[in-house]
Amino acid sequence: MPHSPLLASLGRHKLTVLLMVMQVALTCAIVCNVAAILGHRVAQLGLPSGVAEDELVMLESINVDASSDPLVRHDTDLAALRQLTGVRSAAAIDALPFNSNNWSNGIALEPKGDMRAVATAFNGTRGELDTLGLRLVAGRDFLPDEYLPVGSTRDWDGINKVPATIVTRALAQQLFPGQDPLGKVIYPGDGPVRIVGVVGHLLRPMLDESAGNEYATVFPMLPDGSSVTYVMRTAPQDRERVLQQAMARLAQLDGNRVLRRPQTFMQLREDYFRRDRTMISLLLAAALGLLLVTAAGIAGLASFWVQQRRRSIGIRRAVGATRRDILRYVQTENFMIVSGGIAIGVVLAYALNVLLMQHYALQRLPVFYLPLGAVALWLLGQLAVLGPARRAASVPPVVATRSG
Amino acid sequence: MLGYYATIAASSFRRNKALAALMVLVIGLGIGASMTMITVFHVLASDPLPGRSGKLFVPVIDPRPLDRGQSASAPQQDGSFTWPDAMNLLRAARAGRQAAMAGGAVPLRPTQGGGLPFYETGRYTTADFFAMFDTPFLSGSGWTAQDDAQRAHVVVLGRELSRKLFGETNAVGRTVRLKDADFRVVGVLDTWEPQPQFYAQMDSRIFGRSDQFFLPLQTAMDLKLDFAGRLSCWGDSGDGRTSDQCSWLQFWVQLDNAAKVDAYRAFLTAYWREQQAHGRLPRPVDVQLYGLMDWLAHQHAIPDDLRLQLSLSVGFLLVCMLNVMGLLLATFLRRSGEISVRRALGARRRDIFLQLGVESSVIGFAGGLLGVLVAMLGLWSVRQRPDGYAQLAHMDAGMLLATFTLALAAGALAGLLPAWRACRIAPALQLKTQ
Repeated sequence: MPHSPLLASLGRHKLTVLLMVMQVALTCAIVCNVAAILGHRVAQLGLPSGVAEDELVMLESINVDASSDPLVRHDTDLAALRQLTGVRSAAAIDALPFNSNNWSNGIALEPKGDMRAVATAFNGTRGELDTLGLRLVAGRDFLPDEYLPVGSTRDWDGINKVPATIVTRALAQQLFPGQDPLGKVIYPGDGPVRIVGVVGHLLRPMLDESAGNEYATVFPMLPDGSSVTYVMRTAPQDRERVLQQAMARLAQLDGNRVLRRPQTFMQLREDYFRRDRTMISLLLAAALGLLLVTAAGIAGLASFWVQQRRRSIGIRRAVGATRRDILRYVQTENFMIVSGGIAIGVVLAYALNVLLMQHYALQRLPVFYLPLGAVALWLLGQLAVLGPARRAASVPPVVATRSG
Repeated sequence: MLGYYATIAASSFRRNKALAALMVLVIGLGIGASMTMITVFHVLASDPLPGRSGKLFVPVIDPRPLDRGQSASAPQQDGSFTWPDAMNLLRAARAGRQAAMAGGAVPLRPTQGGGLPFYETGRYTTADFFAMFDTPFLSGSGWTAQDDAQRAHVVVLGRELSRKLFGETNAVGRTVRLKDADFRVVGVLDTWEPQPQFYAQMDSRIFGRSDQFFLPLQTAMDLKLDFAGRLSCWGDSGDGRTSDQCSWLQFWVQLDNAAKVDAYRAFLTAYWREQQAHGRLPRPVDVQLYGLMDWLAHQHAIPDDLRLQLSLSVGFLLVCMLNVMGLLLATFLRRSGEISVRRALGARRRDIFLQLGVESSVIGFAGGLLGVLVAMLGLWSVRQRPDGYAQLAHMDAGMLLATFTLALAAGALAGLLPAWRACRIAPALQLKTQ
């Protein structure tokens, strides 16, 4: 197929072609960036928390009477909760993935040394690991004599005395790259804490990639503040019933407290990501809208050109061009315009990415989104131009003989 | 003449119904999407305390230790104060008014009947809070500096909580039990819900939240009531509320004129130097004093996701305009014959330009109408979001006008280049080729 008439024809519509190329370029740049943000958000949505997500239910209890001993209170409550049918285990805890209750400590490797990482402290009563379904990949669970109170009324001084900790694999690798973390000593507070176990995964209560999503330390420290979260593990189908019974049982046990936020872990997770889901649907809508508008523009312009060139198409048909040739001609024309747009679009996409990185906490545009965007636009262009191209191909040669 | 041009425009669109509809649709979508986000921004960025915000300032001193160059050292600086610094500035009282504050949450019991305790959020603050922010009192008043010093058990209730506890009767003088201590109600506020809740620690719930009780900060410390919000600590002197290595308090001052602002800044600088002499505040002296609106901007009160959505919608409008520009150019050039005849009959370039300009404005106008509908729909969808700002997303008369202006401007702008190109068509040449 000779391209010279094609180029000549495009040359006659320089400004129109330029506008079309610019539109494709801008669409390509925006869609590539939107797709990258989208991909990142969707990946976050699917992050495994490390806990037995569909077996956990929880509720928060806030005590009103400050005179009673919180440790005794928690033990009584937990004993009652464990007796509910369907409850496999229960624990009083403070932090949980997605519950935003983040108590972070700088971790040093020597007394008063430099911090190597900042990690969230997960504290809970005995049985926390089993209840949450955390899987040890090395080491052991805490021993009964390792537990001590957090000390929330004494400036959380438990952190200075606690003897043992279980850390996530991610934190272990950050602190002791390439070494066996078991038995190593860290300093989250004033005193030395020995690493006795390693869990595979545990997400922090709030996600923040720059800070390490899985930098977590589990301590054998008993919550002793006025507010505590009771977590129960149960079969998925029993969750709602167990929650209701737990609420009733605890209120009956001691009415002088506020019971709130009874929910399953799945609800907690869903709430945490609600904004992200809004954003994801918006980004999707924006990308689709952009592609649709551009497709409509391409189709509109192409059908307009076909209408305008009916006579010249007829002449070409009359002098021997087949329908296929005409079809190819319109398609090739579109391919060239879109290709031009993509070429500029790739550069624009990176420029836009740099701009976005300066203003928002976004990461560099992964390279593979560019060919993805390019292919999408090529396909879109061909799809949009198919109708007008067919119409062009069906122009009969006899049109050439008519005037006008 | 303009009327005649409008008639020509209408007949030209009738010839290309599908294309005209496409252009109107595209402009409408672009305008609708961007106006939705611009309206949300307009609402969220408005002054939470009109008339007073110019006099309110946030002093910022950085209490953190020197950076030791490690990857994870000092916590982020969010402008919060440590207890000693806040108390020092409060005692110095060098501004017209000043108050320290922190978020709090307490369980409380309904006064009548045996209902279950419930949880309420409020603020622990100091005496000047009410006068400085000019809070409207339904009855009673705030407390005095003496109450602060004596750790008095006094409380100011929000209207909603007062009604919940005491019904329609005047709550002033009555007693409420917060956690396990009795407080005397000294005042009840009328509905006061500045949006955003500018004086609070900045977080994702800064919009749509309001405080239902206010009580003296020192009293709250004394009773060890529960605090809400971030407590950032560093160093190794424990995680105490009173430690000078934990920042968590907000501090606001009222400064009535520029001279007072300068004087206060000088005072803060002197304070920082003096503390350095005592071995505190090791970072280089760099006092900041933000006005209320600057503070909100500096703290990114409007969520980043919304900014991103705004940029995205503007980008979308841009693509839509390019699209319409291309389509208009194609329609105009198709009528080269008609235009060159008009030129040959004596129409000046200016006339052609005006005629085509009217055509694109008609598209812009129709697109604007559609855009308002799309924006209404968009704002409705924003109101369905679970975020605190969602309920604020309404269009006012000003934004409605802005939508139309933007649509007309977008239409005219999109038509500018095509019209310019078309009016350069030479009369003779086109006639010859016919």
